[in-house]
Amino acid sequence: MTASTTPTYIGARVARKEDPRLITGEGTFTDDVTLPGMAYLTLVRSPHAHARIRRIDTTAAKKEPGVVAVFTGKDLEATGMLPVFITVPSMSGSKHMPIATDKARYAGDAVAAVVADSREAAKRAADLIAVDYEPLPIVVDAMKALEPGAPIVHEELGSNLVFTYPVKGGDIDKAFKDAEVKISQRIVNQRLIPNAIEPRAVTAKFEAGELTLWSTTQIPHFVQLIAALNLGLGQNKVRVIAPEVGGGFGSKLQVYAEELLVGFLAKTLGRPVKWTEERREGYLATIHGRDHVSDVELAAKRDGTILGLRVRTVANVGAYLQAFAPGIPTILHVFIVPGAYRIPAFDYEMRGAYTNTTPVDAYRGAGRPEAAYLIERMVDRLADEIRMDPAEVRRKNFIAADAFPFNTISGITYDSGNYEPALDRALAMADYKGFEKRRAEAKTRGNYRGIGISSYVEICGLAPSKVNAALGVGWGGYESARIRVHATGSVQVFTGTSPHGQGHETSWAQIAADALGISPNDIEVRHGDTFESPGMGVGTFGSRSLAVGGVAVHKAAEKVREKVVQIGAHLLEASPADVVVAGGKVFVKGVPEKAKNFGDISMAAYLANNLPEGMEPGLEATVYYDPPNFTFPFGTHIAEVEIDGETGTVQIVKYSACDDCGRQINPMIVEGQLHGGITQGIGQALYEGAVYDSDGQLLSGSMMEYHVPTAEDVPAFDLDSTETLTNTNPLGVKGIGEAGTIGSTPAAVNAVIDALSPLGIKHLDMPLTPEKLWRAIRASGEGRR
Amino acid sequence: MPHAVAVTVNGTSYPREIEPTLLLVEYLRETLGLTGTHVGCDTSQCGACTVLVDGRATKACTMLAVQADGAEVITIEGLAKNGDMHPIQRAFAKEHALQCGFCTPGLMITAVDFLERNPSPSDAEIRHAIKGNLCRCTGYHNIVNAIRSASAEMRQSAGARPKVAAEVKR
Repeated sequence: MTASTTPTYIGARVARKEDPRLITGEGTFTDDVTLPGMAYLTLVRSPHAHARIRRIDTTAAKKEPGVVAVFTGKDLEATGMLPVFITVPSMSGSKHMPIATDKARYAGDAVAAVVADSREAAKRAADLIAVDYEPLPIVVDAMKALEPGAPIVHEELGSNLVFTYPVKGGDIDKAFKDAEVKISQRIVNQRLIPNAIEPRAVTAKFEAGELTLWSTTQIPHFVQLIAALNLGLGQNKVRVIAPEVGGGFGSKLQVYAEELLVGFLAKTLGRPVKWTEERREGYLATIHGRDHVSDVELAAKRDGTILGLRVRTVANVGAYLQAFAPGIPTILHVFIVPGAYRIPAFDYEMRGAYTNTTPVDAYRGAGRPEAAYLIERMVDRLADEIRMDPAEVRRKNFIAADAFPFNTISGITYDSGNYEPALDRALAMADYKGFEKRRAEAKTRGNYRGIGISSYVEICGLAPSKVNAALGVGWGGYESARIRVHATGSVQVFTGTSPHGQGHETSWAQIAADALGISPNDIEVRHGDTFESPGMGVGTFGSRSLAVGGVAVHKAAEKVREKVVQIGAHLLEASPADVVVAGGKVFVKGVPEKAKNFGDISMAAYLANNLPEGMEPGLEATVYYDPPNFTFPFGTHIAEVEIDGETGTVQIVKYSACDDCGRQINPMIVEGQLHGGITQGIGQALYEGAVYDSDGQLLSGSMMEYHVPTAEDVPAFDLDSTETLTNTNPLGVKGIGEAGTIGSTPAAVNAVIDALSPLGIKHLDMPLTPEKLWRAIRASGEGRR
Repeated sequence: MPHAVAVTVNGTSYPREIEPTLLLVEYLRETLGLTGTHVGCDTSQCGACTVLVDGRATKACTMLAVQADGAEVITIEGLAKNGDMHPIQRAFAKEHALQCGFCTPGLMITAVDFLERNPSPSDAEIRHAIKGNLCRCTGYHNIVNAIRSASAEMRQSAGARPKVAAEVKR
């Protein structure tokens, strides 16, 4: 073995390499790409949530000046179907064409396409397309969609049931027989609209038999793969570029209709084509998230010991199954529902239902926020029922620190955890002990003050490829990295991850820098271009990038370092075991004055006339890293709220969180991920919700009706962390991209319910808007003045 | 019918013939190719398109380009002077106030206008000032820190640095 280098940059608050271009307006986003001779695509979308398409008259549209071509769904069947990457048992999959051919299944389903010389001409022509619709009965509510006689979204499937996914462990009947306390609660996890601030866009050109496609995507390699397969091109002839991507949160984790359409049209029309989503269009045509209705029963003893959990949930998948949709309410949800607790008996049945609504897929946390919300609400319900401190109920049921690796009742294995220290630190930060005084003080002002705890566990590091296969995920869960050291010593890292705000250019440079004994400033990280990366990258989602992609970078850098050591030992006439790689130098331990520069070694690798016997020239390494297990970050979040007794307005007066994501590569970036995640989770708790009327019209159809949190809606956040390493990977890293969202929603809701519990209020469904709270306060008999 | 207008953008006057329906943001992005100003919504909620019009932070999707005839517009591309970044730009990087960077230009422009009117703001005033700019990544925590940090730097160097907009018409 070679002498190991001490981490220098891992763990440091290294300034982001991404920032200089982004703060000067020099970053290039997809809609910024303009090509000579470019035409513009506009889609005609159904105003009906469910209607048969009788006839489409495109005559007038075709005559509009500037129009290049007009298409209906039948003209574009050559683009093939949109992919679904996960097949769970009993799944009833939907046929999903980029443009509907037979009927529109949700308001926003595309029914025709116009390409014109300008956006304006395309929009004018789109208005001239006459579609003869036969309106059909509509079903919006997922529970109703599963009732006999409900309108059927896909007739050929015979029913709206997408799947039934049961997971059981222990003796649930015994748990309820032995129970001293039984709590039943319906818990609604409302539908959300992701709202990445950059709308989706696609630009493509087809030149010399090669398709280049710029897209706002989190998974450029999957877009490349499906575009190649569907459009009949060699994968080597499809270059997908995810340039700057303005946030994703799961909403850009698809192969969308527009990506295939723009690629197909650029190829067919022989000129570049661009499509840019308008925000209101995106509210209909970009996936939504969450949308569960759960009936939950908890069995426990009077001392707070949880005995069992029974859940029946219906997940609304919308009108079509999207790429990852079958795995979100199942794989990423059901298994993690027991959370941080030792629960002896578990019985969960998840059913998916088609409805006449926008398709639902991954939104930050994707299944795990629903799980954490469910269990953390039930723990608080139990605490309230038995009049026990919610912190102590959690402590009593926590999986003990010495029980890891821990096999959960749902059948998965938690890698590592130590839940009590995170709880204790968060309680101290929140001055939990002093809370009742603050509640009493608020009461003197006519306000209701509450404090809410959430101790979450989540699943990251997706995923071991064999586990993927066993669960029905149709692709491996590895990630790739290639490190190229040029002759002069400059270093490029090519990663299969595809960041859109996460700062991989910085964190990956830190990881490679420590392995190579150089500065992150001397390392360039490149991503999001399928012609530059290793052959396949799985992409950025599910808080997987660091625990899989970052580890791939580490392993590739270790390989390069090994070669540096071998060459260094050869040039220094020393044993490799004595060679140190640090500070941009390679030297024999104890003799730093006789060092070779890193660049001398790389130059030697390419001059190739003085290398160890049998060594290949060159200095680069490619790694595909397949993780052996998932990782399970955890933490405790505590929100303190004050509700205005007259208006029902909630203010979060203090927010404290202690998270554990294993080793942190860049704490500044970790904190940033938490701030944003917590804010999105608070958004769900207090402000956000997609609302449909019974006709399937999206009433919350723009940013005017759907409240994305502003700076005045959230507080400053007090953050702390513990560090429990994972054995899953050599860096000990777990992932932090979604933890904030997973932890914050239950904390905020538990705080509001705690504030109102003196009024006898046990539960309210999100979002906890002023109106909802004002009505609840009035209904309780209080608040009348 | 095209109208002849001359808008001064980042110190350069651009005489152009433009359609009267053209939005200022379209003029900046598509006519002039200044793509640092972004479009995030179609209802004037998000603030990604905020630019300075005669020194005042303005959502460029709420204004027709012809209305900017004769005005002085500063976009993100014009915030740095002679390669010297504006304190707000340095502060955003230092405080990790951006992640994906899409909303960032609009937020920085809003902050520049705000700090010229309120050089010593409280955190609550900062939060109020930027509530018309939506960020989905940062939770605003570090943006507030950055604006506070920039205000301190700008107070220290007050007078040394010319205002971003040479002439503020109020």
